Amino acid sequence: MPLGRLGAFLLLGPSLLLLVLVFLVPIGWFITGALGELGSFADIREEAVAVLGSRAVLGAILNTNWIAFLVTVMVLLIGYPVAYALTRAKGIAFTLILVCIILPYFTSVIVRTYAWMVLLGRNGLINQALLALGIVDAPLDLMYNRLGVVIGMTYVLLPYMVLTLYSAMKAVDPRLLQAAEGMGASPLRVFLKVFLPLTLHGVIAGALIVFILGIGFFITPALMGGPSDIMIAMLIEREIELTQNWPTAALMTLVLLAVTLSLYAVYQRFANQTEGLAP
Amino acid sequence: MSATLSARIIEFSTTGGMLRAVLVRALVVLLCVGLLAPIVVVVVLSFSGDGYMRFPPESFSFRWYERFLGDHRWRNAILNSVLVAGMTCVFATFLGFLAAYAMVRGGFRAKGAVTAFLLAPLIVPHVVTAIGIYYLSSKWGLVGVRPWIAVSHAVVALPVVLVILQSALRAVDPNLERAAMIFGCDRWGVFRRVVLPLTLPAVVSAALFSFLTSFDELMISLFLAGVRAETLPVRIWNSLLLEVEPTIAAVSTLLIGVTVIALLADWGVRQYRARALPDTTKGP
Repeated sequence: MPLGRLGAFLLLGPSLLLLVLVFLVPIGWFITGALGELGSFADIREEAVAVLGSRAVLGAILNTNWIAFLVTVMVLLIGYPVAYALTRAKGIAFTLILVCIILPYFTSVIVRTYAWMVLLGRNGLINQALLALGIVDAPLDLMYNRLGVVIGMTYVLLPYMVLTLYSAMKAVDPRLLQAAEGMGASPLRVFLKVFLPLTLHGVIAGALIVFILGIGFFITPALMGGPSDIMIAMLIEREIELTQNWPTAALMTLVLLAVTLSLYAVYQRFANQTEGLAP
Repeated sequence: MSATLSARIIEFSTTGGMLRAVLVRALVVLLCVGLLAPIVVVVVLSFSGDGYMRFPPESFSFRWYERFLGDHRWRNAILNSVLVAGMTCVFATFLGFLAAYAMVRGGFRAKGAVTAFLLAPLIVPHVVTAIGIYYLSSKWGLVGVRPWIAVSHAVVALPVVLVILQSALRAVDPNLERAAMIFGCDRWGVFRRVVLPLTLPAVVSAALFSFLTSFDELMISLFLAGVRAETLPVRIWNSLLLEVEPTIAAVSTLLIGVTVIALLADWGVRQYRARALPDTTKGP
């Protein structure tokens, strides 16, 4: 039953109020308040140049982008075949694959990170197995370095990619693939010329969402990374936990927020395309 | 049906295709095992009777659970987590239902902008949301206050509720609501007798997932919990910074168990809905 504008506004009111009061205003207040401590606009600009140009911050920004990029590539390489299998699977196989994606997806990030810490640690299960099998003589450093961060983040972010790709792949008409095969295209050619182009918007949307979530990551890199794997979110947290340096944190937050929201705007375009193609 | 069948036949028509199909299948099985393995390993380890982490364990026991549940700080964390998640679930589901109804049935401009705003907490890095709320909370003495943590969690749970309830409400034929009104129901009656019964399974799903969102949330809790209101994820975080010990496996298994129960309940609700309720969706 259609609602008038007033009715819609009244029903939306409480939710909008919640988000304005506990999301928009706090973030806005934090940024303006913290920057306000610095004084005039010229002071803020000076501080911004000093903070954002500093070695630590530039290094963290570089790390953040590079790690998020590596994770996006890994997630895509693993997610594509899994999503494809999910599209093709039926009955019990479909349920099993779905469980393997959904259960981790809804398990707490801290629990998933802990699970990988158990596996990758110096005395972790993987090292125990490798030593027992005589493959290595000394335990490998699988964690507290970049490798650990990338493995952990890939695991946490994989479901986003699989679910995005799945909805894109599901929308591809299988008759198109058949037609291509029927006209003599090799399977590789069918994949490259028909299936990949038709699912490309899903690949882009999935890659964007993983990258967006990746650059804001905190828990996994903080627990599984080494001293040289500081990401921007960790630096922001440290400024506040350790030194209560609100202005510096606010400047970095502003950068992170700007990048996140711009990428999200691009994502919206591709995500809408996915929805439009869905049956 | 026949389309997929002939696709299968084409796939298996050459020996190369057969080999490739087997390889793809093996790869997928391997990846799926890899996805589930870390979780299974944690659950198995939590029942280990060994003094240190070894897989598979040589003996089994409940010693890590005894350690976990015997510690009053962990018990407090369970209580905090349940209370906060319960409150979040009520806030988010209630507000989310009203908003979802307005989004689906309401005619107003800027719907796209409102949607983008309501879903923004999913995209904005949690560290930013958490610090923003912390900035405000530290000024107003709200750190360590459980209802306030629940309100903050509701911010990130609301988008989850909205997504679930919007799709459920879209499946309710507005003509049913019109019919109820013609037969003399007022708006409240339409809601109570038509909309709510038809969307009840989705409301239960939304409640489950908003509970889970809060129960598993770490970033906001980390800043807002203080020492008084540590939730389970916060305590896990604090102990992981020190060492990777098997007690955490028992705690993790509890969290995984709650996730499994929520997913099973959601699945059950969907089954019930498919069987018991007529599909009022209009055809494509």
